[in-house]
Amino acid sequence: MDTQGVRWTADQVLALAPDDASRRAESKLGAAGPWSGAGSDGGAVWGLCRGSGSTPYRTVVDTTGPAYTCSCPSRKFPCKHALGLLLLWASDTTAVAGTDVPDWAAQWLEGRRKRAEQQQSEAGPAGPADPAAARRRAERRAARITAGAEELEQRLADLLRGGLASADQSGYGLWEETAARMVDAQAPGLAGRVRELGAIPGSGPGWPVRLLEECALTHLLDRAWLRVDRLPAPLAATVRTRVGLTTPAEGPSVRDRWLVLSQYDSADGKLTTRRIWLQGRDTGRTALLLSFGAAGRAPQLALPVGVVVDAALTLHTGAGAVRAELGEQFAAPVPLDAPPRGGTVGDALSDYGRALQEDPWLDSWPATLCDVVPIPTEHGWQLADAAPGAGGGEALPLTGPAAARPGLWRLAALSGGGPVTVFGECGHRGFTPLAAWSADAPGETVPLH
Amino acid sequence: MDAWEELVTSALLGTDRRPPSLPGAAAGDAPVALLDAAALHTVRRRAGLRPGPAGAAPEPAPADDRTPLPEAARRRLGQLLAGRATPAPSGGRRGAAPDLAELLPQWLAAANEHGYRAPASALPALLDAARARTDLRPQALALAGPRGLWLARLNPDWKFALRGAAGSTALPDTRDGEAVWALWEEGLFAERVALLGSLRAADPAAALALLRSTWAAERAEDRLMFLDSLRAGLSDADEEFLEAALSDRSRNVRSTAAELLSALPQSALAGRMARRAESCVSLDRTEGGATIVVEAPHECDAGMQRDGLIPTPPTGRGERSWWLGQLVESAPLSCWPARFGGRSPEEIVALPVADDWQAELHAAWCRAAVRQRDADWSRALLGAPAVPPATGPGTSSLAERAKLLSTLPDGERALWVASFIAAHGLSEAFQLLGVCTVPWAEPLGSAVIDALDIAREAGSYPWSFSGVMGLAERCLSPDAAAQLESLTALPAEAEDASPGAGGYWSEAFQRLVSTLHLRASMRAELAG
Repeated sequence: MDTQGVRWTADQVLALAPDDASRRAESKLGAAGPWSGAGSDGGAVWGLCRGSGSTPYRTVVDTTGPAYTCSCPSRKFPCKHALGLLLLWASDTTAVAGTDVPDWAAQWLEGRRKRAEQQQSEAGPAGPADPAAARRRAERRAARITAGAEELEQRLADLLRGGLASADQSGYGLWEETAARMVDAQAPGLAGRVRELGAIPGSGPGWPVRLLEECALTHLLDRAWLRVDRLPAPLAATVRTRVGLTTPAEGPSVRDRWLVLSQYDSADGKLTTRRIWLQGRDTGRTALLLSFGAAGRAPQLALPVGVVVDAALTLHTGAGAVRAELGEQFAAPVPLDAPPRGGTVGDALSDYGRALQEDPWLDSWPATLCDVVPIPTEHGWQLADAAPGAGGGEALPLTGPAAARPGLWRLAALSGGGPVTVFGECGHRGFTPLAAWSADAPGETVPLH
Repeated sequence: MDAWEELVTSALLGTDRRPPSLPGAAAGDAPVALLDAAALHTVRRRAGLRPGPAGAAPEPAPADDRTPLPEAARRRLGQLLAGRATPAPSGGRRGAAPDLAELLPQWLAAANEHGYRAPASALPALLDAARARTDLRPQALALAGPRGLWLARLNPDWKFALRGAAGSTALPDTRDGEAVWALWEEGLFAERVALLGSLRAADPAAALALLRSTWAAERAEDRLMFLDSLRAGLSDADEEFLEAALSDRSRNVRSTAAELLSALPQSALAGRMARRAESCVSLDRTEGGATIVVEAPHECDAGMQRDGLIPTPPTGRGERSWWLGQLVESAPLSCWPARFGGRSPEEIVALPVADDWQAELHAAWCRAAVRQRDADWSRALLGAPAVPPATGPGTSSLAERAKLLSTLPDGERALWVASFIAAHGLSEAFQLLGVCTVPWAEPLGSAVIDALDIAREAGSYPWSFSGVMGLAERCLSPDAAAQLESLTALPAEAEDASPGAGGYWSEAFQRLVSTLHLRASMRAELAG
């Protein structure tokens, strides 16, 4: 790698923006005008941005993180200056020409790297200070969750006794109250399920079937929790995660060249959840990084879509072990060389079915479809295997929300009626495409969310 | 009813009213038994999902063998399309950053000149941009190419793309006589207009022959549109056909034919018009110096009407001056030097005109100079750029001066406007700047920058010049950035200046400089 490092694409930078407003602001700052002294050295980018005040803002981005610092007062993260600087770096080869790190940038970068090294050396099974007290706390919480699960069971039984038809009339209030009781019981997983149950009666035709299915799976989770000590260990871990107990990532650490397939946020009440899907180039393994932010603030973790990161991930146990934590990164991200590996639509459904064995509460499972064609039908869009013989003529419907997003049209444009590679989430509601690659430009990851 | 449907019915009505028939379930535990059974069914159903049958795949998009955009230009397009969504606040302060939405048309035109095709993933944003801004449509759709049209067919939001484009994509090769003939015979009106236009560009005589072949059978409004397409590549070879069209049933067709003929100075119509005009305008030497005397026509006879003169004036204008204006406008300018003793256009324009006919006469000459694309007469009628417009020859209307300017060669045009700005400042220059070729040639660029600097020193606010400033951002040569660099500094506040103006000017010049840098980068990126 040369001293300039590998530049990101504008799309990759845009994907880091915490919200639309920053995305617009950054495209204004992503021009040479307000910047001076901008430079990069492969692992970092820095520059001075003229703002409204007399002293320019000092902006530094550690592109291996990525991590950002800026002397501006913005509470957004990364701020518009950091994004603008990255955009300038991505798009203008002459404007970010310096290679000597100025002192003010070097200080922060050194401090950051030192802290990272420290964390590495300290990392290890550092147990809690007082194991006995920790165990007592865990037991108390388990007891509260058990009480919550029993209460929820009672509520479900009452509902079934009186009939789901009455759920339509009883409205959302009753569910909201039950959800609050689950929050009190320190079972956020159960609370979330209950809130979703409350939304189903208003979700259109066929709602009784959906409500029965989700009630039954909630019941299954209640029962599983109440007997969690008798379950095999991996399933027990899954159940604990599903009721909302956070388990530390204690699985194996896997170093690979991870391709960043997709990054998208979903807002749920007071929380923004960011999902980043990765696929290992060598292991072929798919992993999910989760990052959370308070409402209105973007989660900390961000990786540009379409790059390959040489990094170690620590995998979670249970729930199919698809979740992971990002560990050490060994080099700056490099651009993608080839699309991810994948299979047919039939393979995707089979994988989802297999994953349900370990986690029956899974709504979807990551899947990469090779050689599929997006097809508009009178019931909505579908993805169909293009190659005859390899299960040709088989198709998966797109989920309703996925078909309503602008990404659908990028997918259609990319395909032009021909086969493309599509990564997404495959589940019982259909397929949600998240990124696509065409044979014409195999190095270009087109985000669809 | 299968087992699952039974469960659903039972769940819907309640197990009290409709107990499920589940073996081994005690009556009191019916809800739990039902939930157990439903859970089993749900997981089993999800785990056993199979793909459905595929629908009919859409016809693949036609191949597009244009070159893909260079990587940097591809990124730039994404940025320009993302910036499109945020228009600059109207009026007032616009900050120091370039306005990307304003650069998109220029970028699209340049990309099309290079013959690039748009990246597939950018097509939806490109179509959305074209939908929102009609001024972008032709260039955006050209870049989007056949795959853009293919995509537009799938989404009703992009219907607009199919309307204008139906003809241009299906046009046959103009050398393929059979295909041309087939489309001319069977095509929709828009397709036929497009066909005639493209054939006229390639082979004017063949286009005329095609038009002649069906002329008599065409509807009047179609005849008018077809006739209009002869404007391109107009030559004496068209005269016979146009002369015949002077007897057309439709008045609009007749006057368009006359207008086209009058743009051919050798035509018989031009000769007739010259004779009529000359009989109205003459030189009188009796009172010392030479003076132009005008005797407006007393009637608009059948011959004049056949040659396209409109007999009834608009309200508020006298009949005779209306007829005179039309005669002089349609007469070839080449007839006047002979009429005025071999004088040049400058000398003729400088002659005094008796009885207040000057404005009428000069205005008609202006229209003739524009119609006949006559640079000599345009130059004479524009006069020296330093002369105040109100006292100059020709016309004081900026719109008409802009039209006269457009007949001059590029360099001369830029020079004239530069001198005009140097003499009169920027306040009236906007329309004139609009007809200059982009990027502005020197010394026009320098003249605009100097005038902006003078306006700044005079203490006014930059937004009084936002129109010219916006034009300068799009039209100044990127090389001008060096000259502007010093103007971006924050000046010390002068006592008589408007409060804060210095800061705003500095900001405006920063934006100008960064826009010029950006345009230079864009140009370099497209060059690949």
